[in-house]
Amino acid sequence: MAQRQSGDVILDLQKISLHFGGVKALTDISFDVREHEIRAIIGPNGAGKSSMLNVINGVYHPQEGTIVFRGKPRHEMDTYQAAKAGIARTFQNIALFKGMSVLDNIMTGRNLKIRSNFLLDAIYWGPAQREEIEHRRKVEEIIDFLEIQHIRKTPVGRLPYGFQKRVELGRALAAEPSILLLDEPMAGMNVEEKQDMCRFILDVNDQFGTTIVLIEHDMGVVMDISDRVVVLDYGKKIGDGTPDEIRNNQDVINAYLGVAH
Amino acid sequence: MQFFLEVLLGGLLTGIMYSMVALGFVLIYKASGVFNFAQGAMVFFAALTAVGLHDLGLSLWLAIPLTMLVMIVLAMAIEKIVLRPLVNQPEITLFMVTIGLTFFIEGLAQAIWGASVRKLEMGIDDVPLEYLLDTLGIAISQFDLVAAGIAFVLVAGLAMFFSKTKVGRALRAVADDHQAALSIGIPLQQIWVIVWGVAGFVALVAGLLWGARNGVQFALTFVALKALPVLILGGFTSVPGAIVGGLIIGASEKIAEVYLGPYVGGGIEGWFPYVLALLFLLARPEGLFGEKIIRRI
Repeated sequence: MAQRQSGDVILDLQKISLHFGGVKALTDISFDVREHEIRAIIGPNGAGKSSMLNVINGVYHPQEGTIVFRGKPRHEMDTYQAAKAGIARTFQNIALFKGMSVLDNIMTGRNLKIRSNFLLDAIYWGPAQREEIEHRRKVEEIIDFLEIQHIRKTPVGRLPYGFQKRVELGRALAAEPSILLLDEPMAGMNVEEKQDMCRFILDVNDQFGTTIVLIEHDMGVVMDISDRVVVLDYGKKIGDGTPDEIRNNQDVINAYLGVAH
Repeated sequence: MQFFLEVLLGGLLTGIMYSMVALGFVLIYKASGVFNFAQGAMVFFAALTAVGLHDLGLSLWLAIPLTMLVMIVLAMAIEKIVLRPLVNQPEITLFMVTIGLTFFIEGLAQAIWGASVRKLEMGIDDVPLEYLLDTLGIAISQFDLVAAGIAFVLVAGLAMFFSKTKVGRALRAVADDHQAALSIGIPLQQIWVIVWGVAGFVALVAGLLWGARNGVQFALTFVALKALPVLILGGFTSVPGAIVGGLIIGASEKIAEVYLGPYVGGGIEGWFPYVLALLFLLARPEGLFGEKIIRRI
């Protein structure tokens, strides 16, 4: 895989520690994310990957450490503010709005972009209607991009797993995020679905210039598509570097394969 | 035949009054997945506040908007004090909270306005419409027709609001998944205030209609119980369902009372809707219009 051009540091995590009571989820973790790169977080089960993603997304607030986002230290940012700042995400266990159609699900992703007044909105009149049409066009582009035209009116609860994952990606994309957090985007997929998803992730990164932070268990995929990889084990960072460096890192190999005592 | 029509129409129109109460439940259920036990109390509170202000000498046209303001303040208070600390809690927790709210709101209403029955004059007489009586020989209450008209406008507006607008979509999103809704930047708190505010508005309309008919009194809270079979029939998540459910319940209880009642000594009206709801639960648990729950194994 050719090295893509990465930009400046957009997100810098410094000495992050997070614990729930006596359970240490993350201990003293530092790494950065550069603009336009695909940054993978890997590690065995329970390593703290999802916790890390939740810290970035503002779901958890670390007890120690600083998060510098676009050059500014960020304090107590909650999920709503993170969304406003341009951080979108998908979830490990799909979190779609099940009763709504594919179209409506992706449309909710535009929520922060729609500016119309609540009262005008209530009577669906004038500017509100024009805006709705404008956003609808944008959503159709995303639907085309993800190749889900044929299911746009289907309630998402009825879709097979792979498509649900794709719709969730679409909803995150609808917000036109600057950073996209993907929590195991390929979990439970078959080979073809994985290939499709890989292609979408690379295209998003390529065409929209979106920075991507992803958690994934499939090593083949991770090594293939990411620019840099950070490895966690028991809440500690044990490796950080390009896929090649990680492949030859003895600590990482030990964590995955175990060591003889 | 004329008599049957009269019973049927009278029942349908009463059904619409049930629908108005059921609507309040549907709104909050749609937006938070919570069955708001306090809806009946809100109906009582809204009606009592409106009548109380009216009795103080304000005109009804001033008292009603003022009451609406009070309902919005109530919605904001509920969001801030009760719902905000409970984000992401299981639905059963939120349900228990609404039971607590019921007692609080009922107590508050009576602490402020007293417990006596008050009369509400809306200026629409509850008498048969003469035109229909003369031409078709059917006695249909003028008041019921006005209530039906109001209900129609309200439902058309709400259905449009839910399906077409940003706020409507956000409401449905919040109902499905709090965390996901937050992650795409839906302000949970604001949405809750809106939905409880709208439910307050619906409670006010329902309270005024029922209050004008039966007098504004504590018994208004029990009207909410009749909304239960309506919801089971129509589906907890559907605005049109609340209406159709109300119509079916209203019509069937009247017809049952008139035609079956004499054989069992009368009084069917009180329990017939619940039996109907029970049968319905066996056949179609999600209701006529409810979202079908699909489970993957």
